[in-house]
Amino acid sequence: MARFENNLWLHRFAVVTALATLGLIGIGGLVTSHGVGMAVPDWPTTYGYNMFFFPISEWVGGVFYEHTHRLWASTVGLLVVALTRWLGGNTSRRPLAVVGIAEIAAGMCVLALWPHFKGMGFFLTGIGGVVLLAAMVPVKNQPANRALVNLGWLAFVLVQLQGLLGGLRVVLFKDQIGIVHGMIAQLFLLLLCLIAFATSQTWKRLEEWKDVRVSKAVRSGLSISLVLIFLQLVLGATMRHQHAGLAVPDFPLAYGKVWPPLDDVSLERINQQRVDSRDFKPITAFQIVLHLAHRIGASATVVAVALAVWRVRREMNPIPWLARMASLWLCVILCQAALGAATVWSNKAADITTVHVIAGAISLVLAGVLLAVTLRLHVLHESGVPLVQRSALGKLSMPSQPASAV
Amino acid sequence: MKMKQHMLIVAALVGAVQIATAGDITGKITFKGAPAPEQELPLDPGCGKLHSTKPKTRFYVLGAGGELADVFVYIKDGLTGKTFEVPAAGAELDQRGCEYLPYVSGLQVKQKLSVKNSDPVLHNLHVSPGAGSGNKESNKAQMTGSKAMDYTFDSPEVFLKFKCDVHPWMFAYVGVLEHPFYAVTGKDGTFAIKNVPAGKYTVEAVHRKTHPSGKGESKEATVGAAGAKVDFVIEKK
Repeated sequence: MARFENNLWLHRFAVVTALATLGLIGIGGLVTSHGVGMAVPDWPTTYGYNMFFFPISEWVGGVFYEHTHRLWASTVGLLVVALTRWLGGNTSRRPLAVVGIAEIAAGMCVLALWPHFKGMGFFLTGIGGVVLLAAMVPVKNQPANRALVNLGWLAFVLVQLQGLLGGLRVVLFKDQIGIVHGMIAQLFLLLLCLIAFATSQTWKRLEEWKDVRVSKAVRSGLSISLVLIFLQLVLGATMRHQHAGLAVPDFPLAYGKVWPPLDDVSLERINQQRVDSRDFKPITAFQIVLHLAHRIGASATVVAVALAVWRVRREMNPIPWLARMASLWLCVILCQAALGAATVWSNKAADITTVHVIAGAISLVLAGVLLAVTLRLHVLHESGVPLVQRSALGKLSMPSQPASAV
Repeated sequence: MKMKQHMLIVAALVGAVQIATAGDITGKITFKGAPAPEQELPLDPGCGKLHSTKPKTRFYVLGAGGELADVFVYIKDGLTGKTFEVPAAGAELDQRGCEYLPYVSGLQVKQKLSVKNSDPVLHNLHVSPGAGSGNKESNKAQMTGSKAMDYTFDSPEVFLKFKCDVHPWMFAYVGVLEHPFYAVTGKDGTFAIKNVPAGKYTVEAVHRKTHPSGKGESKEATVGAAGAKVDFVIEKK
């Protein structure tokens, strides 16, 4: 039976899955930046074809982005199912088989009873088949620790939920579903990165630094920054999925003022002058306020991250790589702020806007990983003994080993 | 039976008298002020080769004297309680050169609208009604060379949007009304609403960009045998 500990290949596989997910977020960003989320009107088929056999000659205009997004998402789905199977070990085969059979049955029921939702029926049947195949893989590997197995199952649920939400957004015409789809994508990436990090040697080696004290100020600073970044991502997703283009076309001012007038006459004037080949919907006062809230939130986030990084570098300097990671995080945040400004100055150019989305996702991941590391160090420091036996958070760790063993 | 015949004769007479006293509402619409400059359409290679020159957006199609095209002019009030037969002839919307033709048009509730694809590329037909309009959103594929797709709409809605998400610069607006008294201004800014029964009406002129809220300019018009003339001047805000 394959051992779980020190499984470098599992870690590499988790990293590949996380990177593929980051790529998927990037392609999703291209879809919304180009305004082509509805370019493929059917789901999970593509213009009536099985999506995997849609002729390349027809990948034109917005179809290229949307169809690529779907194919890439399918790949990520496969990777996550495999990761769940790998993390869960031999013991995951039975639950996977049960889930797979249940999804196939549910899919067939939907197809038989609600033809209007045949897309969902095909999706459930297809994904159920993949899950069932994963259950049938006859490798008898050992499971990871309980916490990692659970995180794997959470990723398993989220990837399927994401697939379903993405499809339903297309067939139900609901922008709100797109917003939730965009938000869960960010959390899903963070989850996969945490899994990748928790399967690394670096995570194990944290026990070497259990004497380092992590102050409450550091933990709070990182937590606040994480929440602020996520809120910024929520605001960003909300703005993107309203298909109204740039609510405020200038920066740093807003329509030449610190706070623009939002009365009906002013809005009418603004919308008369907005000319874009995509003929966005008229801007509303709410959208302008949302945009300005995103700017204010960006300022607050930069300050919060700078303070958090300063504290991490000051208090955690015995761990050089952690201090470097914190500095990298601050660099990403500053780049992200500059990208936000560039998004406005470029009239929301698709490439710049998409990089803005990707940098936002990386900011959240770095915040989450830094917070996870500091929380673990805190627990290690407080417990004074190997974490695995003591704390809830410690369940994320591998069975403790001497540093020399890794 | 005899009673029914009499009623039919009376109805026919009333109709004939109405037609006899019907007239056209005509007019001209001009725009005052400098419009926002148009943008070149970001055509992809497949659509680009269908044009010899680079087409631009068509938000403000203006004549030399400020005559404004693509304004939807219709009778807003004065027809309450009257019903109108749905025209047997349908309207048509074409996708040609990766653009919708016409850009703005009108349609009566329940009247058939055929949308065809004359392009050598696929499109998707995304009907995007306004929230709460009562019309149904839909999104269908229309491959190259496939037959025209027919639509009817149940509720009146000025500026019901058709768009193609494959080519996001492609869009058109259809004004759906419960009656046939509407017109769209041409390049000379003029319009003619034909065969309006004699009476007093409120005529509204609405343009997609000059009236982004959908609330246009209204004027009273009294239609007699000679019809009525109503001109509008739309000013930039």
